[in-house]
Amino acid sequence: MLHDVISIRDFEKQDIERILALAEDMEPLARTGSDLAKGKILSSLFFEPSTRTMLSFHAAMERLGGSVIGFSDTDTTSVKKGETLADTVAMMERYSDAIVIRNPLEGSARLAAEVSRVPVINAGDGSNQHPTQTLLDLYTIRKEFGRLDGLTVAMLGDLKYGRTVHSLAYALSMYDVSLVLVSPTELRMPPEVIRHLEETSVPYDEIMRLEDMPPVDVVYATRIQKERFADPNEYEKTKDAYRIDRSTLTLLGDAKIMHPLPRVSEIAKEVDTTPNALYFTQAGNGIPVRMAVLALLLGVVA
Amino acid sequence: MRTKELKVSAIMDGTVIDHIAAGKAFTVVKILHLDQTHETVTIASNVPSGVTGKKDIVKIEHRVLSPEEVSSIALISPNATVNIIDDYEVVEKRLVELPDTIERILRCSNPLCITNHEEVRTRFNVETKAPLAIRCHYCERSMKEKDVLRVLG
Repeated sequence: MLHDVISIRDFEKQDIERILALAEDMEPLARTGSDLAKGKILSSLFFEPSTRTMLSFHAAMERLGGSVIGFSDTDTTSVKKGETLADTVAMMERYSDAIVIRNPLEGSARLAAEVSRVPVINAGDGSNQHPTQTLLDLYTIRKEFGRLDGLTVAMLGDLKYGRTVHSLAYALSMYDVSLVLVSPTELRMPPEVIRHLEETSVPYDEIMRLEDMPPVDVVYATRIQKERFADPNEYEKTKDAYRIDRSTLTLLGDAKIMHPLPRVSEIAKEVDTTPNALYFTQAGNGIPVRMAVLALLLGVVA
Repeated sequence: MRTKELKVSAIMDGTVIDHIAAGKAFTVVKILHLDQTHETVTIASNVPSGVTGKKDIVKIEHRVLSPEEVSSIALISPNATVNIIDDYEVVEKRLVELPDTIERILRCSNPLCITNHEEVRTRFNVETKAPLAIRCHYCERSMKEKDVLRVLG
C-alpha cells in the first residue's frame, strides 16, 4: 500500500479501488464523526492559499477525531525568512503523524515525502498533481452510477492546461471508459495525455463544438482562463461557446455535470437546481474521500 | 601513392571519447566544462570514419571521466565510446549507455520545478532512449532531446 499520496501516476488500480471502497465506509462517519484517529495530529502546510481544499482536509481530519496544526499562507512563518521546504517538513514531521502540503512549486510534495518519515499527502503542487481531487472525482462518478466501467465521460473547456482533467483522464484509463474531449483547437488535450489514452486503448473523440456532443454519462467542465488567450476577443468567444446554461443543457441530455470548482461563468447558476448538476455533491465527496486517504495513511483502518 | 591521414596525437593518460556523432564534439566540450580546464584538450570534428561516415573525437589529458559524466555523453551521443588511457595504453573501455535514471548531471527545464528552487539532487527517469524522452522525478515534466541540450548548454 502507498506510504504517501503524491501523484496519480503512483497509483495502481487496486490502490484506487481500496480508497474508493474505504470512502464509502466513511460516509456515515463523515456526518456523525468518529474517534478513529483520536490523538493523531495532521500538519497542514499551505504555502499558498487554497481555502476550499484546506478546509476539506481539516474537516476530514476532525471527523476522524484527530486534530490539525499548520498554516494557511507563508506570511507568518519562517518560510518568509528563507527557510527551505525540506527544513520546514523535517520540523513538522516531528510534530505530527501526517502532513498535507500545498506548494506552488512542482515536485514539492515529492520532495517533502522524501524528507518526511510520516506520510505526506499532496494537496496541489503547482500545475502538476492534486491526487485527492482525482480520487474524489472518481468517487463521485462511481457513487452516482454505481460503476466506472462502461461509462462515457466528456471533458469540456481548457484541456491543455487543466491539471484536473489530465489526472482524471489518466486515472479513468485504468477503467473501461470512453472519453469525449471538447475544446477549442488552442486548448486541446496535450499529446502526452492522448498518447497515454492510445497506449491504454481508451476510445476517445476530439470535438470542438458543444453542439456536436454525442450522448454521454458525465460532462466534466473546466474553467477557461483569460490569461491563456493572446486575444481577449478570442477568450470571450470561446468562453461563451462552452458555457452550460438552460439552452445548451438541452444538448447534454441526462448527463451529470461535474466541475472542480470554483466556477466562474462556465456553468450558469440556473443549472444548479437541475438534476444534471453534480458539482456541489462532488465537492462534498471530498470529505469521505479525504477521510479514507487520511485513515489509510495514518494506519487507523485495517 | 601515400594516403594522407589525419593524425591526432596519442595521449599519455586521460580520456579519449571516440565515435561522437558528427558535430556534437562542441556539446561534449560544453557539458564536461572542458572550456574551463587547464589540461590539454584535443577536439576533432567531422573526421571521416568507416562506420558512420563522419565522427567527432575529444581527447582530454590527465582526466578520467566519472560514470555520471559518461552517462551525460550518452544523452547527446549514444554511440560514443569512452577509452581511459594510462601510459599510452587503453586500460578501460567504458560503455556509453544511457541508464534508466539520470541523477545530478541535468537540471530540470521547468522553471517552476522544486529542484530549481531548493538544493535537491535532480533525478530523471528515462522513458524512451531513441528518440530521447526523460521525465523529472519531481515535477513529472518530460524533456525531449532539444530540452536536454538546452539545459546542458
